[in-house]
Amino acid sequence: MRMAAEFENLEKHYHLGDVVVKALRGVTAAFPEGDFVALMGSSGSGKSTLLNLLGALDRPTHGRYILGGYDVSTLSDRQLSQVRNQLIGFIFQSYNLIAQYTVLENIQVPLQYRPGRPPISSRDRNRCLDLAEQVGLSDRLDHRPYQLSGGQQQRVAIARALLNDPEIILADEPTGNLDSKTGAEIMQILGKLNREGRTIIMVTHEPDIAEQAKRQIYMRDGMIAGEGIFPG
Amino acid sequence: MIARLISTIRLGFKSLMLHKLRSGLAMLGIMIGVTAVIWLVAMGEGVSYQAQQQIKDLGATNVIVRSMKPSSGSATGSSFIIEYGLTRDDYQRILEGVPSIRRAVPMREIKGDARAGSRESEIQLLGVTPDYRDMNHLIVERGRFLSDRDVIGEENVCVLAAGAATNLFAHENPVGRKIEIQFNGKSDVYKVVGQTADRTPSAAIGGSLAGRDFNTDVYIPLTTLRLRIGDQVITSRSGSREGEIVQLSQITVTVGEVEEVEEAAGIIEILLEKYHPLGDYAVVVPSELLRQAEMLRMMFNVLLILIAGISLLVGGIGIMNIMLATVTERTREIGIRRALGATQEDVIIQFLAETIVLSAAGGMIGVVFGFGCIPVTYLAQTGLERWLPEVWSTLPTTIRDLQPRIAIWSIIASFLISVGVGVLFGLYPARRAAMMDPIEALRHE
Repeated sequence: MRMAAEFENLEKHYHLGDVVVKALRGVTAAFPEGDFVALMGSSGSGKSTLLNLLGALDRPTHGRYILGGYDVSTLSDRQLSQVRNQLIGFIFQSYNLIAQYTVLENIQVPLQYRPGRPPISSRDRNRCLDLAEQVGLSDRLDHRPYQLSGGQQQRVAIARALLNDPEIILADEPTGNLDSKTGAEIMQILGKLNREGRTIIMVTHEPDIAEQAKRQIYMRDGMIAGEGIFPG
Repeated sequence: MIARLISTIRLGFKSLMLHKLRSGLAMLGIMIGVTAVIWLVAMGEGVSYQAQQQIKDLGATNVIVRSMKPSSGSATGSSFIIEYGLTRDDYQRILEGVPSIRRAVPMREIKGDARAGSRESEIQLLGVTPDYRDMNHLIVERGRFLSDRDVIGEENVCVLAAGAATNLFAHENPVGRKIEIQFNGKSDVYKVVGQTADRTPSAAIGGSLAGRDFNTDVYIPLTTLRLRIGDQVITSRSGSREGEIVQLSQITVTVGEVEEVEEAAGIIEILLEKYHPLGDYAVVVPSELLRQAEMLRMMFNVLLILIAGISLLVGGIGIMNIMLATVTERTREIGIRRALGATQEDVIIQFLAETIVLSAAGGMIGVVFGFGCIPVTYLAQTGLERWLPEVWSTLPTTIRDLQPRIAIWSIIASFLISVGVGVLFGLYPARRAAMMDPIEALRHE
């Protein structure tokens, strides 16, 4: 089975003054294409650090991270930016839309940073419109984030994450700011995307959300403490 | 490339429009700086243009030799009568001694009073030769100028300058009328044969600071002046009597080419030195004055650029301050953009574009206001003249006649500087934004 992402013996150390904090102490895992994983663990367990590494927002101190066949662990800042733009789709707890942009403009943001920075074509625009339709926001294209509900904002973020057809989708507590009904709607969308073949890695601390993933990885003290497959 | 530039600028503009008041205030500094530069330069250019015109009126190929009253006590003659200045012999010496000479025009001038009927006016009486008209580009509005026959015949005829004519005859035609001029207790009657057109004042020469006003001139033949009044003129001013003996007030020497002026001036100095140990004369070279005026103008411009630089610097610091606040405020947005693939360069370009849009817009508005210099000056001048005539009349002619001249270079330079200020002062905030850790930035509240 082709691996969307895999890492080997990842370590991440931080320097806080003279103290070295080992946030990750050798994590090895593999995510085959079409996987849907919930990363769980208490705060300080290293799951956020792992997510940052997965998102190419940071580089590991030791170890290898292969994303879509590329070794990402040793890339420059510039190359990491390109990896984020081309291979990763982010969904955040607090949606992270750009406040002054409309729904359509928010979906288009990753296009601004494509390699070579070509201008946005009508084909690009049509793709954005399709994505907006997929997440049910066709009638809200000219709205700005403050005019939308939390669920609608998260759907904009999902459309934005899909724009570049990413290798993996990283969702950081995607339902954390939503009521259970809206949260369920978002999880439905994620589930649908996964059935369509997308690889999703999701951080959550809510067991009933984690349940909806194919498998769960538990982290503790910077290491993988256990793995479970639902149902089971 | 160009499409990207346009979209970057458009994005910058969009972000700035989110905070209209803040952006406007940030722009204000640059705007005022640019306007100030254009105004100051325009005023300066206006003044120096005036001065240069006046100097050019003196003639670039002329050497002006003037009698100078020596400081008291050093003059020869009795206690209250002093004798000084250029003589008719000097005139002959110059005529014969300067090889490049084209023409030498002698002149004697005395301050006095003239009367026509019941009207009296202070005048400047000038004994001249017909050449004087050509040399000073006088335009005869009515009648004729003095002729050779007037000079040879020592005729009692005169030509009035525009101001003198108005003072003595109101708006009537003075030609054919008679005026009475009194000197040394003896009065003579002159027939008016002509009147010249209005003439702008010339630059100051011969050490006096005030420009020479030609409008109260009354011209009579030099020979007539000598015959009727003589070299010695006694004036009684506030009780005390003063006298002076002067043969010629000025000799204007014209040479063929501008390049010959220096040499001619040198020769004249040598010719006169021997006979005037007291230095009771001055040799003025208008082309030299022109050079000095040009130097002065350049120094003035350097000063202005300095002032402009300071005001634009202040404006730039204002913009930097705003941009630093903006960067902090938009930390989260920077994080989002970085997560979605923006490189550090992209972030720098984005924020730099905003500062440049800000400063360039300020610069452009400044240029527009800069053009207001001409109408505003005109309004201020006419307004003062109309509503505060007392104040107006005390202003020097330089200010009353000032016409600002907007210099193209000042517009281009100030605009370019304002854009430069945007780049310079935008770089630090933009770099700061780009150097942010994307993880930290995303976590920023």
